Amino acid sequence: MKLKNFFEKRKIPLAWLLLTRQPLRILVAIAGIAFAGILMFMQLGFRDGLFDASVTVHKLFNADLVLISPRSKSSISMSGFPRRRLIQAMAHKDVIGTTAVNWNFLLWRNPENLSTRSILALGFEPSKPLLIDSDFQIKAETLKNKGRVLFDDLSRDEFGPISSWFKNGRIVETEVGGKRVRVSGIVSLGPSFGADGNLITSRETYLELSPGNPQGSIEIGLVRLKKGADTAKVVRSLDLSLPSDVKVMSLNSFIDFEKNYWKSSTSIGFIFTLGAAMGFIVGCVIVYQILYSDVSDHLPEYATLMAMGYNLRSLLGVVAREGFILSIMGYIPAYISGQALYSLVRSSTKLPVEMSFSRALIIFCLILFMCMGSALAAMKKLADADPAEIF
Amino acid sequence: MNNINNNTLKIVDLNHWFGHGEMKRHVLQSISMEIFPGEVVLLTGPSGCGKTTLLTLIGALRKVQNGELKVFGKQLYGASRKTRQKLRKNIGMIFQGHNLLRCLTAEQNVQMGADLLNGFSYKARRAQSREWLRAVGLEDHMSKLPHDLSGGQKQRVAIARALAARPKLLLADEPTSALDSSTGREIVDLLKKLALEQSCSVLMVTHDPRILDVADRLLRMEDGQLLPSV
Repeated sequence: MKLKNFFEKRKIPLAWLLLTRQPLRILVAIAGIAFAGILMFMQLGFRDGLFDASVTVHKLFNADLVLISPRSKSSISMSGFPRRRLIQAMAHKDVIGTTAVNWNFLLWRNPENLSTRSILALGFEPSKPLLIDSDFQIKAETLKNKGRVLFDDLSRDEFGPISSWFKNGRIVETEVGGKRVRVSGIVSLGPSFGADGNLITSRETYLELSPGNPQGSIEIGLVRLKKGADTAKVVRSLDLSLPSDVKVMSLNSFIDFEKNYWKSSTSIGFIFTLGAAMGFIVGCVIVYQILYSDVSDHLPEYATLMAMGYNLRSLLGVVAREGFILSIMGYIPAYISGQALYSLVRSSTKLPVEMSFSRALIIFCLILFMCMGSALAAMKKLADADPAEIF
Repeated sequence: MNNINNNTLKIVDLNHWFGHGEMKRHVLQSISMEIFPGEVVLLTGPSGCGKTTLLTLIGALRKVQNGELKVFGKQLYGASRKTRQKLRKNIGMIFQGHNLLRCLTAEQNVQMGADLLNGFSYKARRAQSREWLRAVGLEDHMSKLPHDLSGGQKQRVAIARALAARPKLLLADEPTSALDSSTGREIVDLLKKLALEQSCSVLMVTHDPRILDVADRLLRMEDGQLLPSV
């Protein structure tokens, strides 16, 4: 009923007509807003994608809690702690299992052109769970043989055509840390900021590939809890009972810990947020220019409407509606281009850049704010419309 | 007709100045006049004599500085912006230029006038706009933009727009100045006919000696003063 009432009360859609009867002007406006939107989508997408990429492996860990050394600052500078701490953690009544993980960078030789490149190597005991992927345990069985590694097929191409060779049935052998290894399986993890590629192997092989590593030292301890256990409570009690050479945290705070490193200790966040801000400002300037010149051009007409008895508020409403229409019309192409560019980025850089709902919403709000703010600034010009001057 | 409380417009001793200090000019000097419902009054005089200023004051487009100015019995001296804006809805205006909205068709322009009326549905207002365009003889040009209309046609649309808001007083500022003589004559005749049908009073400022005969009453102005009627 209300809607019908509204429909009956509607008037000439002046804002819409003002815009659509000037195709060139609206085209410029839409292009400008869409450009600003695309810029924001790209910059914020890259930023979030890079932060997400830094935890691709972290997210796959089959764990409720994580033990790390308090000296570890991020995945690219992990320090060791005694493996005994994991055994001590087993004493807690809620803990049902643990996995010791070694985590460091080793040199991988590309078997095709023999160049070397740093790769992130994970070592664990193949009989224990490492990743949540259920297929993984079957692949992990092959690691029980010495000198076998699982290669991440999402690693950058510079490591060599490992997965295609492997899938063609070829025996892929190469050197890691100067020692011969054979690829016994393919996993999908994804490169991150710090690591261009990943490989997984058994602790035994790992220790052989990196002989400097002390036997009893690990970088990450994965802890699995009973169903229904209170994670926060276990974190607190383990933190109290274990010596201070380890830090206990939930898997989520481990992920945040890693993300926070990239957010706070690098300029990535700042650079990309600044890039998005530039897009926002460019958009503001364009929309303001368009709306301002639109109001100036139609000033005599606005004055005429005032002389006819339209009040200033309804004319301000016209400008505001122009801003609103522009924001919708500019957002749609920005969103579509954003989606297209994201998939381009995904295929060419393997960064996990996704169109998240929250980012889509944030950028819509920014564009709306940009258009309405510009409309508000352009409205000041309306005050110049003096109906007494038009006679 | 001479009922004092019933007049459309009553001006007593109205003064108006432009500028400040040394440059202050007394553009309207103790003007007094009345217009009664359904009357067509023509105001003539040399340019710069204050006709247009008087028109903008009556049209509630300017603040009254001194004197008494009542439109439909409402005192405009000291009236707020809001009061003046509301009052303007009941005053139709036709300008020297047509002042149509360039981005709207003839029909939509007229509806901008009709949209000022409360209590009518969109359809009804639209139908009224079409009716008015028919009345001014533009039924074949409803969806044309002002750009595609001739000067006379534009002025007809302007008349339709002014009348679509059902004003009780129509102010016209040299509506024929941009038109050739025969078109000007047609426009003025049309204006008078339609205004009278609505029992709407008309105050028209004009230079054009060819249209003086449409007036019920002729007022002459010189140097900011009304001359005693002839």
